[in-house]
Amino acid sequence: MKYTADEIVEVVRMLSEEDLDIRSVTLSVNTLFALSDNLNKIIEKLDNLNSLFSRFSSTVDKIQDKLGVRIVTKRIAVSPIQYFLEIDGIEGLEIAKKLDEMAEKNNIDYIGGYSAFVDRGFTKGSKRVIDTLSETMNSTRRITGMINAASTMSGINTDGVRYFTDQIFKMKPEASSRVTIMANVPPDSPFVPSAHHGNGMPEAMISVAVSGPGVIESAIRRNNPKNFQDLHDIIKRSAFKITRLGELIGKNVANELKVSFGSVDLSLAPSPKVKDSVAGIIEAMGIEKMGGHGSLMALAILMDAIKKGGSMATSSVGGLSSAFIPVSEDAIMSERASEGYIDFFTLLALSSVCNSGIDMVGISKKQGKDKVVGLIMDVLAMGITINKILGVRVIPLDLDPGSHVDLGGLLGKVVVMKLKEVNVEKFVNLGGFVPNTIKRLEMG
Amino acid sequence: MESAVIVVVGADKPGIVAGISSKLAENNVNIIDISQTVLRGIFAMIMIVDISKSKINISKLREELQSKGKELGVEILVYHEEVFKYLERV
Repeated sequence: MKYTADEIVEVVRMLSEEDLDIRSVTLSVNTLFALSDNLNKIIEKLDNLNSLFSRFSSTVDKIQDKLGVRIVTKRIAVSPIQYFLEIDGIEGLEIAKKLDEMAEKNNIDYIGGYSAFVDRGFTKGSKRVIDTLSETMNSTRRITGMINAASTMSGINTDGVRYFTDQIFKMKPEASSRVTIMANVPPDSPFVPSAHHGNGMPEAMISVAVSGPGVIESAIRRNNPKNFQDLHDIIKRSAFKITRLGELIGKNVANELKVSFGSVDLSLAPSPKVKDSVAGIIEAMGIEKMGGHGSLMALAILMDAIKKGGSMATSSVGGLSSAFIPVSEDAIMSERASEGYIDFFTLLALSSVCNSGIDMVGISKKQGKDKVVGLIMDVLAMGITINKILGVRVIPLDLDPGSHVDLGGLLGKVVVMKLKEVNVEKFVNLGGFVPNTIKRLEMG
Repeated sequence: MESAVIVVVGADKPGIVAGISSKLAENNVNIIDISQTVLRGIFAMIMIVDISKSKINISKLREELQSKGKELGVEILVYHEEVFKYLERV
């Protein structure tokens, strides 16, 4: 097949200058075969997965070498630990440590699934997942956890929100970066920390998340759009190419492993590197500082164009299809948060057009738990009202608002943002269950 | 046929094409297409090569070419053709 020099230069520029890479390849695997009322048996059965994990790891390396495209992280998603903990006497921490060790041994960056679903209420297992969340995260390095505390179908379990908040206050910063509380969590997200092997999925599946904000940013800067349609079109074209690359990698890995290929997230995820920022795209559109008025519309255009371009590139869309704006993981977001252009209400507003929610933001423990519970409730309420997937991942720190801590690697610089100094104690402690909204009735 | 795209960029000097093509010949990699230009002293070359009969796999080839590139003072990028096909052809 013939390629023009322009086409070759375009691809090379995307891959080598604009930092287009694959953020994660995730192997999602059913682990329920290991269920038992005997902890040793569970551990023993899980051990059988070592060979699959190691094959997965070497396959990803092989495909990376073959295609010359960088794959940043390798991840595994397992069945929610909740199911194991429904059985009396089973220690969640021991299972987590085993999985953590298996991940480390096989060169897997994250293993997701210390997860529970409490949107309609607690079971023995889901409550035990929450109760052991801080101990488990503090004593492991690669396992991630998620509590789904709200859904359009069921409503919001506010006690779940409070228990979760109690737990994150006891975590080390690096540990709280590995847990999230969600509304409407999807079963097949390759994204950490919400990755888990959900109901309705095959035995094993490969999902891919791409990371190409740099490509879109420079396409906008280079093409200098004349109007909004023009801008939308430029993003759509780039999103198509980014998603195609994701599908190429995903299919290659899945074929090689003989595992079904799941989906590509039609997503853009930033990394703390320069020129790999979603906020950078918004600023390239002409908003001087991310967070300024118009940012919401800019993000809405970005989201729609990504989804339209991406949906032509892959027939299997899934997971969390969105532009992610984890504050610390995006160098410009993090900078704008320190400068005060982005506060919690800006993030809430932005969440109405994208799926991240409030992600990777530091909070000051001194401001108290109630305000954090209120903040999480706001996000979950928005999720069930507009029927979106949203999550909250905040890092409680013993620091004052305005200060920051660098977690390094992909996690970046966590800025402590100020919660409003308003007492919300009476409201957030009402407790119990917020009924599902009228949206539920529309669903049948 | 399995092909790869090789891109070479760097300061121009004698022997770049010879150096790279002899490395390819050594490994039984056939050049299918080659286009080369010098723009204001910057040497730029794009090659399409057939790697199906190559003695070494593409990642080893990339490694060898890159170390050759270092000797020659040029940057060499090697991508599998599938990447171009997926991104540029629907």
